[in-house]
Amino acid sequence: MSDAAKLLVGSAVERMEDARFLSGSGNFADDLAVEGMLHAAILRSPIAHARIVAIDVSAALAMPGIRSVITARDIGDAIPIIPLRLAPLPEFEPFCQPVIASDKVRYVGEPIAVVVAESRALAEDALETIGIEFESLSAVTERGASETPLFDFAEDNVALRYDAGFGDPDAAFASADYVRTERFSVQRHTALPMETRGLLAEWNSLAGRLVVTGATKVTFYNRRALARMLDLGQDDIDLIEIDVGGGFGVRGEFYPEDFLIPFAARKLARPVKWIEDRREHLMAINHSRDVACELSLACRSDGMILGLRGRVFADMGAYIRTNGGVVPAKAAQFLPGPYRIPNVSVSVEAFMTSKTPVGTYRGPGRFEANFFRERLIDMAAMDLGIDVAEFRRKNLITEQELPYPIDGLVPYEGPTSYDTGDYVEVFERALKEIGWHEKRHLQGKLIDGLRHGIGLGCFVESGGAGPKENAALTLEKDGSLTVAVGSSVLGQGLETVLGQIASDTLSIPLDRIRVLHGSTTLLDEGFGTYHSRAVVMGGSAVLDAATRLRERISEQASNHLGRPNSELRIVNASVVADNGASVSFATLAAGGELQADGTFSNDVRTYSYGTHAAHVTVDPRTGAVKVLDYVAVEDVGRAINPAIVHGQAIGAIVQGLGGVFLDHLIYDDQGQLLNASLADYLVPTASDFPVLRAVTLELRPSPSNPLGAKGAGEGGIVAVAAATANAVAAALAPLNVEIRHLPLTPPRLWRLIKDARERATNAA
Amino acid sequence: MISARPVRLTVNGTQTTVTVEPRATLADALRNELRLTGTHLGCEHGVCGACTVIVDGAAIRACLMLAVQAEGAEITTVEGLGSAAHLSALQLAFRKHHALQCGFCTAGILTTAHALLTDEPHADEDRIREVISGNLCRCTGYLPIIAAIMEARIAYSDVQCEAAQ
Repeated sequence: MSDAAKLLVGSAVERMEDARFLSGSGNFADDLAVEGMLHAAILRSPIAHARIVAIDVSAALAMPGIRSVITARDIGDAIPIIPLRLAPLPEFEPFCQPVIASDKVRYVGEPIAVVVAESRALAEDALETIGIEFESLSAVTERGASETPLFDFAEDNVALRYDAGFGDPDAAFASADYVRTERFSVQRHTALPMETRGLLAEWNSLAGRLVVTGATKVTFYNRRALARMLDLGQDDIDLIEIDVGGGFGVRGEFYPEDFLIPFAARKLARPVKWIEDRREHLMAINHSRDVACELSLACRSDGMILGLRGRVFADMGAYIRTNGGVVPAKAAQFLPGPYRIPNVSVSVEAFMTSKTPVGTYRGPGRFEANFFRERLIDMAAMDLGIDVAEFRRKNLITEQELPYPIDGLVPYEGPTSYDTGDYVEVFERALKEIGWHEKRHLQGKLIDGLRHGIGLGCFVESGGAGPKENAALTLEKDGSLTVAVGSSVLGQGLETVLGQIASDTLSIPLDRIRVLHGSTTLLDEGFGTYHSRAVVMGGSAVLDAATRLRERISEQASNHLGRPNSELRIVNASVVADNGASVSFATLAAGGELQADGTFSNDVRTYSYGTHAAHVTVDPRTGAVKVLDYVAVEDVGRAINPAIVHGQAIGAIVQGLGGVFLDHLIYDDQGQLLNASLADYLVPTASDFPVLRAVTLELRPSPSNPLGAKGAGEGGIVAVAAATANAVAAALAPLNVEIRHLPLTPPRLWRLIKDARERATNAA
Repeated sequence: MISARPVRLTVNGTQTTVTVEPRATLADALRNELRLTGTHLGCEHGVCGACTVIVDGAAIRACLMLAVQAEGAEITTVEGLGSAAHLSALQLAFRKHHALQCGFCTAGILTTAHALLTDEPHADEDRIREVISGNLCRCTGYLPIIAAIMEARIAYSDVQCEAAQ
């Protein structure tokens, strides 16, 4: 590291992004305006399952300002299929989504036609005049609900089944003192970033080149996919990343519009912009969660867990999109959690329905798995008469047992092990923070008409997905630094964090550093931002490039000053020799290009871990829940910017609480999405969850990367359903109410309380 | 289609005339005609609050007001609160408290808070929460936003004291 007076890594410096956002000078997709730009609007299927008999666009074409109406027929005989980016299992391939519906529609919201017009308003006006003759087919909205397969080639609506595991679960269950099996489910919901999606596609006919602005997350992958679909060379396409109004997993995957808008721009040889409206966002962007599980736990009478069996059932919606089966696969993989469970079997069944396709949303599969397991642990502990904290303490993997292999739970992934940590210490810290010992006596107590409950949820969470990330650093002629990285920005503050890493290594102040990210023009190859990998992979690549650039600067300075490297120090953007002579970075950069590339390759995942604890009250008269206190404790290995990490944690907790109490994409039995507006799809507001705390620890750095980081974007959400549902269950235990299904809305809780009362009355 | 008509506005202290169709919203006029793109559209149906601007002293949703309805109005957008080089006390408090992440909802929250604190510089935490509950943010969990607005109150009380003197 440099001789800077104060290192920035580890310091809660203010973000370099903020001045532009606070002054309204950010640059988001809808802010783009170029000469000759046209506007697209997309006609989406109003019904869930139907054959398309005929499409009549003549009225639309006759309207003023309409430049084109594009349907499947205009795209050609072979409609491009959106590829699987992750977990490319061959079983899924026949279920992948075409970029536009041709003969059939399979969910409400599926694109049927694209209108391109002089203004967005005119394009939207024209949508209403397009006539479509449908032959309606019956919709499938739940597992095993229909005899009729949704896809002609398939015998049923199951896209994929697999079994996985380790140990001998059958023997473990046969020999156990205690076995309990329960069914749980997490409702369909989605991430809901505040900025809807949007793209501007510009086709240069002379050069045969395409520029698409508004891309993010996995731009290099998406460029490859788009090049294949448009029959262009990769080098003929630039995907440009600008400011991004939130990602949380859903934004930046390859969607139908990522083909349709560039296709329209090329066809018309005009720039075409498309901005998703909120209604279409709710029916077009990936939905997530929607996983049910039958979970069994086998224990000794002293509470030692002997085995776990889980059957995961995932509603994938109408098509398998880019994320493949990540949601159910991760729900299955993380069922054992941070516990010592020698015998595990999991099975996954991914089935198709007539709903919007599913993809990843922050903590995919983990939010669900932790809820399922932690709920069952509380039930088992209660049955066995063991304190729920003591039960967990007994079964948590100890530091001596790490690294702890969890191989074989995902068929398409290689061996992996929980890396480092002190799961027990972090658990005890969470108990201390929530005041477990002082408040335990409140469990189930009725005070002023409200029942109190305190719940716990433990987790372990993977991050830092490989294989690689790249960075390129350039010392500009004025002595400032430009950092280019293949990681994408999704609004999380990555510019600042990467700037901090470069600043420390090169002793250049943060305000002299510019971070460029995501765009395919910056580097030959980049990998993007997902699976809490941007700091682990991108940060390590920046560190590598900065270290190399520092060496080059030293060499140059050595020549310039005529002193050997060993006598040189880097201080505040200058190189100073022992004899007092010095040269500024600007002078060195003026003398010749100073640039360095860096890379970081790694296939070893990081495992952060922690415990959440919640204290709630439930009003048994209304089913309303109030979160009195909430604490999330997580060991992230290393926090580059503690304020940013804290912000990630608090934001994730609130998103998670939304998933427990509010967020719910509701379909009727015809496959109609009933709440596609923000008036009907509820998310947390400022008055919902005012008391929350996040404790970020740096106990055990990751051995996988030079920064020691484990990723920090998702640990705040993964155990929220677990801890909160356990708290609600504890509050209602005296009323014989069990919590098995989310969301915990007041009407649902009220119904559970009422049903339990009626059961008790009938029994008496 | 009814033809476009001129609408006179005073935006961030500058008088201007925009020519818009009657169906254009105030948000469309600000963003597309005046290129004040700091005002963001998050839902276009009046729920998320991202497009909040201040019209004659009141925080309103620019997606729910037609531009022609704003004839003669004085409008303040996020660009009128302070520039990147000269952030206001409220904006500085947001930066200090990490009260923004992706920055998309931020403009609407700043304008809402500015209108609130201009009227009620002593608003307590509950009042601030109540008012900000009309703006959705998916990144921050709101805690740092409330902390930033609480801290910025002092700047608005000082303004009121000066005005009283």
